[in-house]
Amino acid sequence: MSSSVVARLNAGQQKRQRELVTPEGLALPLTIASRGSRAGALLLDLLIVFFGTIAILIVLGLMGFGLLDSDIQEEMSAPLEFLVVIVILLIFLARYGYFLFFELGPKGATPGKRMLGIRVAARDGGRLTAEAVIARNLMRDVEVFIPTFFLLSGGQAEGVMGAAAFIWLAVFVLFPVFNKDHLRAGDLVAGTWVVEAQKVKLEEALSTAPDRSEEYRFGDAELEVYGEHELQVLEGVLRQDNPEAMREVMFAICRKIGWQPGSGHEREFLEAFYAALRAHLERNMRFGVRKADKYS
Amino acid sequence: MALNLFGHNEIDPPAAITAATLRSDRFRLQREVDWQRLEQIVDALERNRPGRIADDDLMELPVLYRKAASSLAVARETSLDAATLAYLESLVRRAWFQVYGPRTGLFAWLRHFLLGGWSASVRDIWLDICSALFVMVAGTAVGWILVANDREWFFSLVPGAMSGGRQPGASREELAETLQGTEGAEGLAAFAAYLFSNNTGVCIMAFALGFCFGIPTLLLLVYNMALLGAMLWLFSDAGLGIDFAGWLSVHGTTELFAILLSGAAGMHIGRSMAFPGSKSVLSAAAAAGRRSAQVMAGCTVMLVVAGILEGYARQLVPTTEGRFAIGAVMLFFWITYFAFVPRPRDHDGEARR
Repeated sequence: MSSSVVARLNAGQQKRQRELVTPEGLALPLTIASRGSRAGALLLDLLIVFFGTIAILIVLGLMGFGLLDSDIQEEMSAPLEFLVVIVILLIFLARYGYFLFFELGPKGATPGKRMLGIRVAARDGGRLTAEAVIARNLMRDVEVFIPTFFLLSGGQAEGVMGAAAFIWLAVFVLFPVFNKDHLRAGDLVAGTWVVEAQKVKLEEALSTAPDRSEEYRFGDAELEVYGEHELQVLEGVLRQDNPEAMREVMFAICRKIGWQPGSGHEREFLEAFYAALRAHLERNMRFGVRKADKYS
Repeated sequence: MALNLFGHNEIDPPAAITAATLRSDRFRLQREVDWQRLEQIVDALERNRPGRIADDDLMELPVLYRKAASSLAVARETSLDAATLAYLESLVRRAWFQVYGPRTGLFAWLRHFLLGGWSASVRDIWLDICSALFVMVAGTAVGWILVANDREWFFSLVPGAMSGGRQPGASREELAETLQGTEGAEGLAAFAAYLFSNNTGVCIMAFALGFCFGIPTLLLLVYNMALLGAMLWLFSDAGLGIDFAGWLSVHGTTELFAILLSGAAGMHIGRSMAFPGSKSVLSAAAAAGRRSAQVMAGCTVMLVVAGILEGYARQLVPTTEGRFAIGAVMLFFWITYFAFVPRPRDHDGEARR
């Protein structure tokens, strides 16, 4: 990944950062879910609903065929009628109930959202109420289902009225593209937004590795060349523990600080450099001096 | 780690704190146990298994949450350990969602809703209900007048599939036929379920379209009621006006009431966005949306009732008097319910307005 791509990714990330002030006055960092992950989650959910419904319908259909054979048409037999009722209610629930049920749960997210690590939250920092979830999911009807049916039925080809309806529906569909919080109409009406909610595991502390500050001594001038961004990259490399990558990084660092790289001790060298660089940067941080990356 | 026999994970003490060379890592190792304890509680809550949490842990949840939050604030100013920062941010956020998450279960919410929450929100949007009612009456009149002046209008208003033989030129007998009941109850459950799912779709659309300042909702109401007006004219022209009204009133009082409420709910959102008052447009829309959502949840209930009435009662009660009686009782019931069930007292001190 080239550095400009990384920079752009970081800028996108920065743009989505929000601070939410909880009722007791704590500022909590939140990241708005990207449009891509929201669209992906929706797609996953629709697939789940679609294939889930089809699967159940097939099972019901197999049961229904047996019933159809037994008596010939006209009068609906009681069990068959029961099946028809179930099918109608099933389709109704698939359209309106699926999203509602999952977003009311403690995770505040449908299976699709969970897979992509996002969830629904109240925009004002209060709690996510049942009414809010209901409101945002009722709006989903004009935002997702009606445009889908409209396109599937080829409604946009029907003259001026069709075109007008198409534009009108496009307003709903494209709504999230035109505001900075990526709100869709349902979010706006319900006072909610969708934020990232990944589960992150706590990694090992890195500086518990044996202290090698005696073997590798880095002077201030050598530590000045890098900033916080490089430190984090180095942290990632150490956590991945890939000998090939560590070797390359060691060579790059040695070139930069003018050392002669040896071989066989890549990890030891990098751990020592990481500890020294972090100590250096954190010390400066305590004095209020921060260095974002090697260019600053 | 010990065997997990009791569904309660032991947390390993962190590696020797003094072994860490960096001050920020020592800070982290000192607090790690608390963070992981919080994580276990949050995990259990997210899985919806609060029973797994030890009483002590639950008592300390707020304290642990605040500790983690303050750790995060300190770590951001002193530590450059990206992994720890990411972990803490995720942990605090997850804990926050649980501490401030929805605390009412579905059944508690339903009770609150049925015993006053619903009727209170209906009363809150009385102004929109009045305007929706006006629009609906006007729509019916428009339908009637259009068709009375020019019969061709009937065919533009009523889709062919829906008329089912009910059209200008049909004989009185043919029209009377469509108002008949049926003998047995076969097939009626499916009919009722179909009506319910169809009508709820219309209601939800009326609500959701309110978003654009309520105008599409108005159009939808006018169109649907014009259709009704056209039908009304058709039957009264054939001298069956009273019978048709009876046939319609069985479920119509409930169904039209539900459509009225959902249209009003949609217009309420539209009106709040057009005239937000002292609030911002966004917060006005959010407040209106939450209020309307309760009304809409109620509409679903009404449409279940309407579907059953339409599917069963209408087909099984053939007399016009009987049909009027059922319709009147339902109307009386709804009006009494909305007008007199008091706003529930909030146990959790949350403002519902």
